[in-house]
Amino acid sequence: MLKIKNLHAQIEDKEILKGIDLEINAGEVHAIMGPNGSGKSTLSSVIAGKEEFEVTQGEILFEGEELNDIDPEVRAHKGVFLSFQYPVEIPGVSVTNFIKTAINAKRKAHGENDMPASEMLKLIREKSEMLEIDRKFLSRSLNTGFSGGEKKRNEIFQMAMLEPKLAILDETDSGLDIDALQVVAKGVNKLRRKDNAVLLITHYQRLLNYIVPDYVHVMIDGKIVKSGGKELAHELEERGYDWIKAEKTV
Amino acid sequence: MELKDKLITSFLAFEEDLDPDNGIYDLRNEAIKNFENIGFPNRKNEDWKYTSLNSILKHDYSVFPKKEDVLEYRDIKKYLIHDIDTYDLVFIDGIFSSHLSQTTHDKIDVCLMSSALTKPKYKPVIENYFNKIAPKSGLNSLNTAFAREGAFIHIHKNLQVDKPIQIINFATGNETSLLLQPRNLVVVDENSHVQIIERNQSLTDHPVLTNSVTEIFADRRAIVDYYKIQNDKLSASLIDNTYIEQKSESNVSVHTFSFGGNLTRNNLHFYQRGERIDSTLKGVTIIEGKQHVDHNTLVHHIEPNCESHQDYKGIFDDKSTGVFNGKVVVEKEAQKTNAYQANNNILADDNATINSKPQLEIFADDVRCSHGCTIGQLDKEALFYLQSRGIPLKEARGLLMYAFANNVLESVKIPEVKKRINKLIATKLEVELGFNL
Repeated sequence: MLKIKNLHAQIEDKEILKGIDLEINAGEVHAIMGPNGSGKSTLSSVIAGKEEFEVTQGEILFEGEELNDIDPEVRAHKGVFLSFQYPVEIPGVSVTNFIKTAINAKRKAHGENDMPASEMLKLIREKSEMLEIDRKFLSRSLNTGFSGGEKKRNEIFQMAMLEPKLAILDETDSGLDIDALQVVAKGVNKLRRKDNAVLLITHYQRLLNYIVPDYVHVMIDGKIVKSGGKELAHELEERGYDWIKAEKTV
Repeated sequence: MELKDKLITSFLAFEEDLDPDNGIYDLRNEAIKNFENIGFPNRKNEDWKYTSLNSILKHDYSVFPKKEDVLEYRDIKKYLIHDIDTYDLVFIDGIFSSHLSQTTHDKIDVCLMSSALTKPKYKPVIENYFNKIAPKSGLNSLNTAFAREGAFIHIHKNLQVDKPIQIINFATGNETSLLLQPRNLVVVDENSHVQIIERNQSLTDHPVLTNSVTEIFADRRAIVDYYKIQNDKLSASLIDNTYIEQKSESNVSVHTFSFGGNLTRNNLHFYQRGERIDSTLKGVTIIEGKQHVDHNTLVHHIEPNCESHQDYKGIFDDKSTGVFNGKVVVEKEAQKTNAYQANNNILADDNATINSKPQLEIFADDVRCSHGCTIGQLDKEALFYLQSRGIPLKEARGLLMYAFANNVLESVKIPEVKKRINKLIATKLEVELGFNL
């Protein structure tokens, strides 16, 4: 589904990604772990199409198609979803209206009519129940005054509504207490299917207890330096990142 | 002939038809002399530094429309807040339209300035309030000299007016170019409450200049909510002069929504004469092309323990220009004043301009006065967030601007007005939302 080859990206002449190779197939869950500043969030932004980053080398193929010159909204229409570490507050636009706008924008891009109101309501009800989201929450202004946990839950709600092929969850576990983490993880697990994939970006192994990855990659200084199964996450939890850095130097 | 000279000459003709025994006869003569001395403001005047009237004063405006034009309700319905019951004062080319209006004299007077200026019944109110707080500027004097028609609203003590009052001035295409000078007086006695919606609307592509003067008096514990909807044609310019005097414990709010017109200047002054007064000034400006909107506000804190809240937001696209000049004066006696002022702007185009100038003159030492002014562009991170959800850049920009402007509407107390403004903002920004309003 996603194939990244020798990806280099920079922001204002500072190279952050220094040759990333990554392949994610449908049905898989991948986790990228790494210390602060290793370029994890940059990688997720570059896949989603953030303009500030310039891809200088390499390619990102999504379902065989090169994404590099494609606008972020078009990537979204193709099925890429990024759950933000810091979701943006939009006063005056309710969660419901926002998600309607997003869904209908996608349908329009695919040459479809707006989703009928009744169908939309049904879908909203179904997904909000799944994520234990209160009806009142849906009429609040998007992310405005939301707690950290509410923001993350809202991100997963949007993901549930948009049903992406590839969901990138950037530090979705940060700022969540254990209860909120469990709800969010449960939601993500319910959305897992044979024809979609998840890329988890995280600092800590904690999230991976709830969303169990098929592959774990360690990213240091703009490169993936080690890949393995879920047991690699446990090892990182116990031993930190230094041993990998040492291994790499050797 | 220059417009100024033409107006002075026109006054001579106008004066012939006036009754010299009328209470404001002398006032008119003083006013025209004052106008003759001062004339129109120019950019040498600090308050007009960023707004030049030259381009709109070059037209050969007619002052007295020749004949009454007839409009049908269906022609004007869309300019009214029509989904609720209201009192309506509709003027066409400066002349009252009785069949489009709904006036009343039942405990409250919602009627015509022309009657108030001539009928003995209203003499005491006119003597007490007419032209008492409007500064003697050239433009106000010009309006006073020719004052003939407009809204006269008098709410007697202890009354909650049952429905909002709409004041609408239409300009039609009958004259090549037209100068309108509505004159409104609103007197709200103790403990009464009124809501007013005002709009000036041109229906012609000929130039129209409106120089309007409104004086509002809020007695003790009175509540006045005033909404100005400015969404006029590109051929129409407006100079709105609104002056408010408040007595103790009164609460007055003015919301100004400026979405259209060629040149718009809003002079909005509040004078607080009493304690525990609350004054609110809010505005949303969204313009494009070569439009120009200038907000010139003054809040004069004269006595202790009063508050004022100002919040103006502006979105400027293309080559449009905005001005915000907000002055807050806190007199020495006005201790414990709480004055807040915010002016936030988005420049949506590199060619758009905003001049923002907060002015605070504080002579008391125990006060809380804060002000903030921002001029910026849309947050790139926010745009990326919306795009990553599949919302195209153009719509994403609109949505963010909508969100930026929208929170000024929280204090709008008439739901239908809020809904209408919301729609106007969404249309203006080309945002399509299935609003849950």
